[in-house]
Amino acid sequence: MRARIRTLIDGAATGLAILSTFLVVAPLVAIFIYLVYKGAVSLNLDFFIRNPVPVGEAGGGMANAIVGSAILLAVGSLIGVPMGIGGGIFLAEFGRGTKLANAVRFTADVLNGVPSIVMGIAVYSLVVVPQGHFSAFSGGVALGIMMIPTVCRTTEEMLLMVPNAVREAALALGVPNWRSVLAITVKTASPGIITGCMLAFARVAGETAPLIFTAFGNVGWSEKLSEPIAALPLQIYVYALSPYDEWHRLAWAGALVLIVLIVLAVSLVRYVTSRGVLKGAS
Amino acid sequence: MPEIRISQAQLQPEPVSPGEQHPAEAATVEVSAIRSFLLSRGNSALADRGFHWLMVLCALSIFGIVVLIASELVVRSQLAWSKFGFGFFFSAFTDPFTKLPMYWDPVNGHFSALPFLYGTLVSSFLALLLAVPLAIGVAVFLTEMCPRALRGPLAFTTELLAAIPSVIYGLWAVFVLVPLLREHVNPWLIQLLGWTGFFGDDNPTGLGFISAGVILAIMILPIVSSLTREVMTAVPHSQREAVLALGATRWEMIRMGVLRNARIGIVGAVILGLGRALGETMAVTMVIGNSPEIHRSLLANGSSMASVIANEFAEASGDLHLSALMELGLALFVVTIIVNAFARLLVWAVTRGAPSSAH
Repeated sequence: MRARIRTLIDGAATGLAILSTFLVVAPLVAIFIYLVYKGAVSLNLDFFIRNPVPVGEAGGGMANAIVGSAILLAVGSLIGVPMGIGGGIFLAEFGRGTKLANAVRFTADVLNGVPSIVMGIAVYSLVVVPQGHFSAFSGGVALGIMMIPTVCRTTEEMLLMVPNAVREAALALGVPNWRSVLAITVKTASPGIITGCMLAFARVAGETAPLIFTAFGNVGWSEKLSEPIAALPLQIYVYALSPYDEWHRLAWAGALVLIVLIVLAVSLVRYVTSRGVLKGAS
Repeated sequence: MPEIRISQAQLQPEPVSPGEQHPAEAATVEVSAIRSFLLSRGNSALADRGFHWLMVLCALSIFGIVVLIASELVVRSQLAWSKFGFGFFFSAFTDPFTKLPMYWDPVNGHFSALPFLYGTLVSSFLALLLAVPLAIGVAVFLTEMCPRALRGPLAFTTELLAAIPSVIYGLWAVFVLVPLLREHVNPWLIQLLGWTGFFGDDNPTGLGFISAGVILAIMILPIVSSLTREVMTAVPHSQREAVLALGATRWEMIRMGVLRNARIGIVGAVILGLGRALGETMAVTMVIGNSPEIHRSLLANGSSMASVIANEFAEASGDLHLSALMELGLALFVVTIIVNAFARLLVWAVTRGAPSSAH
């Protein structure tokens, strides 16, 4: 009798675990299928080559938002990637076990946990207020800062996996330390570091909250970094909350483009690194 | 290559002394001895030192950024702080005409964080309530029960959930989740549980705490379940085998052998999910309804700390309003730091001991 109850409980637990897995996977599949369906129906060539049109006019696209997102991400990467890799090199090569390294590691984790909206208002008061107006540059700064912790921590982890013998071999050949770090250690770890950079990139590519008060959005083209600029996630946000069906359609198309870009970036990195193309450098 | 020739000339006489005198000692401290010797040769010392300090500068700038963010938030929230003090977080004002409590009134310069604290807490805890059992279920299934062939794709799928941007979750929630809840779930909740007062039927939009909680739950599921999985795989196999050897069923093995050993780490994973939920902005802003009120009903409109910043910051109506929003941001910043640090500590405490406790 007791044994039967225990078997029953065991079966019930197994069933619950399977059920919960199903409940978790179902929304994901639902989101994905719905997104692809809605996006594919709404997507056309105009979306990529035309700017938004005023309310009431049919058609229009998000060409400026796509370009704007690319510019913002380029500025962000220019700031975030060198600083993150530099911090990672410090943690792995120079600061092992020091108090400073522990403090930096902890702050990187803190920075990682700062809500993106808080990052937005901080960059607003650090860059936008002194500058006097919303700008593409401030949006890039916000995204760049958000990239730093991910890049920094993955760089550190990847560098720590490089065996010490490699470093010593380089030094024994008389290579200066800085060159040994850059040309030997970092190059050996480069597939991992690039993966980390792309993950950080993918993460900030969809960020909306820090852009609301920095990049601000723009209905046309922006010519300078000091002007407000449109961004794909911002445009999706604005269009999703609008009461117009035409704009909803564009929001879905934008969402599909955004998610395809992100998944493409991540899987491209996976593919390249798994093929060992970059590993040839080592 | 003149550099190499010089270094060879320097290397010739010197390695003899440390290498021959203490061979045993050299073997034990080899890493530091050889490296420090090589590093101290003075070859391109200037470039090396410059590089070193450049890297230190990068590391310090990470430090600097966090300090800058914190100080900026503190400075800009001074105005609200000096006007309201600690009362900002718990006081309410009374509307002189309707005699109802009022919390957030930019027109008359009355600001209180109370409804936003309430909204953030309610939506986050709702999310935890929904997400944690599911996350643990998924982790149990993936680590203990799942056929090997299914494990990779399923883990990948749950991880893919984390790659979807917040605004797309919001978009989906606005057009799919909210109508779904409004048409099919809310009426049922009102009928069944309306008597508790938590499910009033005075909000026909479908927006509100419940919608925010559900979308937050979907969003924090990946992180909670992947961390839980990590903690559970850290439990040594001998624990499972010991429990199984005593004649336990699989569930008893999971309960006694795995979950009990991993419980601190699971709590850490849950708290990390909480940290994520507290700061989540876009999806919540799009579905919570955005009204600065406190309602007992979970179906009512509300507002969270992050959502009010996202909504009002760009068109804040004055210095005090801006300052009050900054103070909300500061509070969010401090809370997420504490929550994240605590969670990291717990996860670290469990996974750290994993290899050594396998006896």
